[in-house]
Amino acid sequence: MVSSLLPRRPNSRMMELHLTGFESCPLFPGGVVADHGENPLAAASFQLPACSDFDGFQKDAIQMMKPAKGTTTLAFVFKEGVIVASDSRATMGGYISSQSVKKIVEINPHMLGTIAGGAADCQFWHRNLGIKCRLHELANKRRISVTGASKLLANILYSYKGMGLSVGTMIAGWDEKGPGLYYVDNEGGRLKGTRFSVGSGSPYAYGVLDSGYQFDMSVEEAAELARRAIYHATFHDGASGGVASVYHVGPQGWKKLSGDDVGELHYKYYPVIPTPTEQEMADTSAA
Amino acid sequence: MARYDRAITVFSPDGHLFQVEYALEAVRKGNAAVGVRGTDAIVLGVEKKSTPKLQDSRSVRKIVSLDTHIALACAGLKADARVLINRARIECQSHRLTVEDPVTVEYITRYIAGLQQKYTQSGGVRPFGLSALIVGFDPDTGVPALYQTDPSGTFSAWKANATGRNSNSMREFLEKNYKETSGQETVKLAIRALLEVVESGGKNIEIAVMTKEQGLRQLEEAEIDAIVAEIEAEKAAAEAAKKPPSKDSLV
Repeated sequence: MVSSLLPRRPNSRMMELHLTGFESCPLFPGGVVADHGENPLAAASFQLPACSDFDGFQKDAIQMMKPAKGTTTLAFVFKEGVIVASDSRATMGGYISSQSVKKIVEINPHMLGTIAGGAADCQFWHRNLGIKCRLHELANKRRISVTGASKLLANILYSYKGMGLSVGTMIAGWDEKGPGLYYVDNEGGRLKGTRFSVGSGSPYAYGVLDSGYQFDMSVEEAAELARRAIYHATFHDGASGGVASVYHVGPQGWKKLSGDDVGELHYKYYPVIPTPTEQEMADTSAA
Repeated sequence: MARYDRAITVFSPDGHLFQVEYALEAVRKGNAAVGVRGTDAIVLGVEKKSTPKLQDSRSVRKIVSLDTHIALACAGLKADARVLINRARIECQSHRLTVEDPVTVEYITRYIAGLQQKYTQSGGVRPFGLSALIVGFDPDTGVPALYQTDPSGTFSAWKANATGRNSNSMREFLEKNYKETSGQETVKLAIRALLEVVESGGKNIEIAVMTKEQGLRQLEEAEIDAIVAEIEAEKAAAEAAKKPPSKDSLV
């Protein structure tokens, strides 16, 4: 695959192809001609810790840094565009730190991203992606495609691979080729698809989403399906809860459709039915 | 004046960058090159100086492709051209990798021009001594485009343009005779412009046509000879029509 050709270097810019061998002028230190800005001749290095099992130590360190993605987000493509939905709970271990986190970020008026994993990581990199998309628009006089935007993000995350970023995001948008949906994560993976759910509540959401999905749904039907899927995930998963937000991305851009408290949704879907025995007891006490 | 052309990072008192202007001189001494944009094809033509008998002419291709849908012809220092072309080819592929889309003509022109500009604002390097004509079809819109860059790093889009030796005469000819053409007519217009300054014949002209379906196609010498013959015939017919009727017929 292509990624094996590219040098893994921690830098916050896009990956570049290895250009040594094609340079016309000899590289000199601080060379103005090298357009990567780094001297490729200098070897990157840092001190290794003194321990017997370095590989094991590395694995433990990564496991310690790798937080579980406690959330439920989902997105799917259908006839009228893309529906993006999420919960709004943030947890720190067993402590619920917030019930009102915005997990769907607006990259630009035609593209949405979802947050799962480290909130700071996701918020920062989505904002950074928004900047890059805007710069692309200004330079090329046309909006960036969903393919291009997701690839920019995936390349950035890949260059930070192994350094503890926790990002499980979906990029949803409508560009010249129609609705587009990509899943991008901190491992550097990038998948194109029609249905995704990310987070600890995703198995529950998939259950509802997959069984109710049809390509030919109306916007309201699709939104209701997404809402139900989020609700059921929040019911079973402790790390998901708060408010179920549903967005729709159409040819004119995205629009927020609803934000319902999942507690209220519970009583809407499963209203309380008073049992007959209680009424009898009340009657006898009156008599 | 001589003091201001050694290190090009220095402006002259009257605002000139002499190295850049000298580079333009090098371009003016280079072989003639012309580009004409039609509705469904873009034609690049280059003057071919006489090949020495022992040289393998196939290794001296002057019109090259940067990607399947972009081609380039240039006038000036050929060695500089080779380096610039390699960098542009890498950028075309890099763009495909990072945004999963082929480059637009404007993007790659901007990249090449940016590269040329970088070398006018650095220490210890000299500018690229070439002007490039870049043609192609935008991958999404399918619109044909022709751009020109020069050693200063400026670029602009053209309907038809010429660079290199005697480019002024060619440009004058194009300004007088340009109209929207398609297919073979575009090729003829490009050849007619080149013939203004170049000795006639397929041996002295290299022509390539870029179409959306077939990409870049270099014309064979025989094809060029045939079109040149057509052009000469048309010219002769036009001359004959203009001549006044001979006095004999009045008698």
